[in-house]
Amino acid sequence: MEKITFDQVQEELYHEKMSNGLNVYILPKKGFNKTYATFTTKYGSVDNTFVPLGKEEYVKVPDGIAHFLEHKLFEKEDGDVFQQFSRQGASANAFTSFTRTAYLFSSTSDVEKNLETLIDFVQEPYFSEKTVEKEKGIIGQEITMYDDNPDWRLYFGLIQNLYQNHPVKIDIAGTIESISHITKDWLYECYNTFYHPSNMLLFIVGPVDPELFMNQVRENQAKKEYKDMPEIKRQFADEPRGAAEKKQVLQMNVQTSKCLVGIKALHVDQTGNEMLKNELTMNVFLDILFGKSSEHYNQLYNEGLIDETFAYDYTQEQGFGFAMIGGDTSEPDQLAEKLKKMLMDATNSNTFSEEQLERAKRKKIGAFLRAINSPEYIANQFTRYAFNEMNLFDVVPTLEKITLGDVQSLATEIISEERFSVCQVIPKK
Amino acid sequence: MDAAKEKITELQGFKLHVIETEKYKTNTFVWKMKAPLTNDDVTKRALLPQVLQSSSAKYTSTPALRSYLDELYGATLFVDLAKKGEYHIMSFSLEIANEKFLSDSTPLLKKGFELLAEILTNPNISGNGFDQKTVEKEKRTLKSRIHSVFDDKMRYSNVRLLEEMCKGEPYALQVNGVSADVDEITPENLYEYFKRAFQEDEMDLYVIGDVNEAEVKKLAGELLQFEGRTPKKVNTKGITKRAEVNEIKEEQDVKQGKLNIGYRTNIVYGDPDYFDLQVFNGIFGGFSHSKLFINVREKASLAYYAASRLESHKGLMMVMSGIDLKNYDQAVSIIHEQMEAMRNGDYTDEEIAQTKAVIQNQMLETLDTPRGLQEVLYHNVIAKTAINLEAWLTEMQKTTKEDIMAVAKKIDLDTIYFLTGTEAGD
Repeated sequence: MEKITFDQVQEELYHEKMSNGLNVYILPKKGFNKTYATFTTKYGSVDNTFVPLGKEEYVKVPDGIAHFLEHKLFEKEDGDVFQQFSRQGASANAFTSFTRTAYLFSSTSDVEKNLETLIDFVQEPYFSEKTVEKEKGIIGQEITMYDDNPDWRLYFGLIQNLYQNHPVKIDIAGTIESISHITKDWLYECYNTFYHPSNMLLFIVGPVDPELFMNQVRENQAKKEYKDMPEIKRQFADEPRGAAEKKQVLQMNVQTSKCLVGIKALHVDQTGNEMLKNELTMNVFLDILFGKSSEHYNQLYNEGLIDETFAYDYTQEQGFGFAMIGGDTSEPDQLAEKLKKMLMDATNSNTFSEEQLERAKRKKIGAFLRAINSPEYIANQFTRYAFNEMNLFDVVPTLEKITLGDVQSLATEIISEERFSVCQVIPKK
Repeated sequence: MDAAKEKITELQGFKLHVIETEKYKTNTFVWKMKAPLTNDDVTKRALLPQVLQSSSAKYTSTPALRSYLDELYGATLFVDLAKKGEYHIMSFSLEIANEKFLSDSTPLLKKGFELLAEILTNPNISGNGFDQKTVEKEKRTLKSRIHSVFDDKMRYSNVRLLEEMCKGEPYALQVNGVSADVDEITPENLYEYFKRAFQEDEMDLYVIGDVNEAEVKKLAGELLQFEGRTPKKVNTKGITKRAEVNEIKEEQDVKQGKLNIGYRTNIVYGDPDYFDLQVFNGIFGGFSHSKLFINVREKASLAYYAASRLESHKGLMMVMSGIDLKNYDQAVSIIHEQMEAMRNGDYTDEEIAQTKAVIQNQMLETLDTPRGLQEVLYHNVIAKTAINLEAWLTEMQKTTKEDIMAVAKKIDLDTIYFLTGTEAGD
């Protein structure tokens, strides 16, 4: 077990790689009641074409299967794992993203028992045809719920505009039609390929003794047999640099229009420090341009083109990435044009000042401190960073090194008409 | 458990609550203002915090104010509104980094405190009113916030249930006020209201973090001084039970139906059986081991979510579920059966123990976040009680099966609301 110390933020992290390849991290948090643990596989909705374990040929699996598997892993021959967690005073949950599936619990008592339950339920699948069929009704309602949600439709609509081939454009839950093809055999095939310990990370944060818990995980893993796993082969179709569609307008049962402008990212092959610097620089760029202290934000707000729902965000993962800017608006076309123009103008040199950069950095540093008050944030983000070979605790030192030149050159490179796209939701006529 | 000691001091016109803890990397201030929920004031109270947080006499524009917040290592300032029983509560929150964790060790607590005081007491005034442009744009934002409820069908159906269920009671009002009343607000009448609110509201300041109580007390006493007041109290009149259940169906172009059911619990925070009600709700619909989740979702596959929650000061319980349009009758009858099972005591000692464990866990987790802790403590201000956190947990553990059955007998079904599609039943 190695101990890593982060002096500035006064945190300590313990790490060990188990002999089966599982990476385990423990971060003790004194004074907290709650222990929060996540057990995450590097497997999400985009991993839909791969070579199954022990086979030679690529297969393409039904849309929504990673998410479906997440639901079904909770069900065992003798009942539901949710029940077991709540008998042990814990609350359990799970989520599936584009690139990860995470299982988690939080509890303030019986932490050892809950940790054992978490590891065992994820490592002991039980899928049957009967329960798979039953789940289709439940997930069908989850899909329908999102269908009626204009913000989700807007967000996904924009991703679909930006990406031509990449599976990020497929809704994480799939469709009612696509999940109808899911069988227990498909679930086992995905499970066996992606839930090997060497593709997973366990993170524990809370008022815990690291040695005690590391030992528990060690003993738990020693009882289970895993063969060494060859590297997982995943396939992604080639993706053009430009956006697939320039614009999409969705008519929905709403009163207020919505508009998002998207930029398709570059450098989505990056990992490690390079990726960390790129995404932080992009975040700083967006903060300077559209943060509440910016001229642009205030101009748009004063003109009545945006309201408090206005937001911006940047996502970067292996093989895809995008920035999104927008929110509710009375004038979706006008807002789209203005946002695009503001972005284009930012490619001119000398757009930004040292003062703006310094403020944006300070804002981000403060936000990081606030975020690490939260055990959930630490566990989930640390895992995401680790899967991309980055370290969450490098955020502040990396931020401090960003220069005006970095921001300017990234802006000049990424901002281009061909990578823009617009998605709008407008009231149905 | 680390239940954090709350130290309360009466200062000039408000109460100071200090919670000293080393858990966080930041320090948090929350300023609460409470007044009866009324049709006349609700819209002004929804607008006022937005106007105050957009500029001040010293920081006369939003960019100036927001730039200063960024400089203070991204201190966050936000305002929000809540209905707690028939009170309307405005909250102003400021969270600022603890310089102990920064390479720059300039003290930030005092700066944060001064900024909060500036926002509350030194507004951007011209003539006899607030800055007109600020008021105009915040009126526009408030209107869009009121209208946006329609677009989020889960929220919309909950708001509609309460409107129908509490018709004629203040609680039917929406937390963000009434759209038509926004137009009536002027910079002058809002400024008048601002003065009145700071004279009459019950006001509380919570300071949470690695702070020194004496220092906080001194700063609070210097920076914030108001006249004394006697907080207004709402006299909630007894609600008579409906002779017949109120059933409302509303049609809209939606794919998924939203079923929301409202009950009167006839129990509020501070009542001796309040903790029994918490356990009742936990067994009935509060968690993923509860009857609603198991029977509506897991057994019948009708829904993705099916849950109940309590409104502790008004004495309401709300059930919510998203279902296929054609499954309305089946879902309603399953939910009724679960309520019947609650009345009949159809749950084991193990289920009761399990529910208590989960409630205790949820409570302790809430106390781990500064704002969660603050909200739990604020129940005592609203209900005029002094229940400490330890007592909360020990009292809840005493609940028996008979207590839960007694609670079940007090709960009355009031209104069933269904937001259904235009092609219902197909």
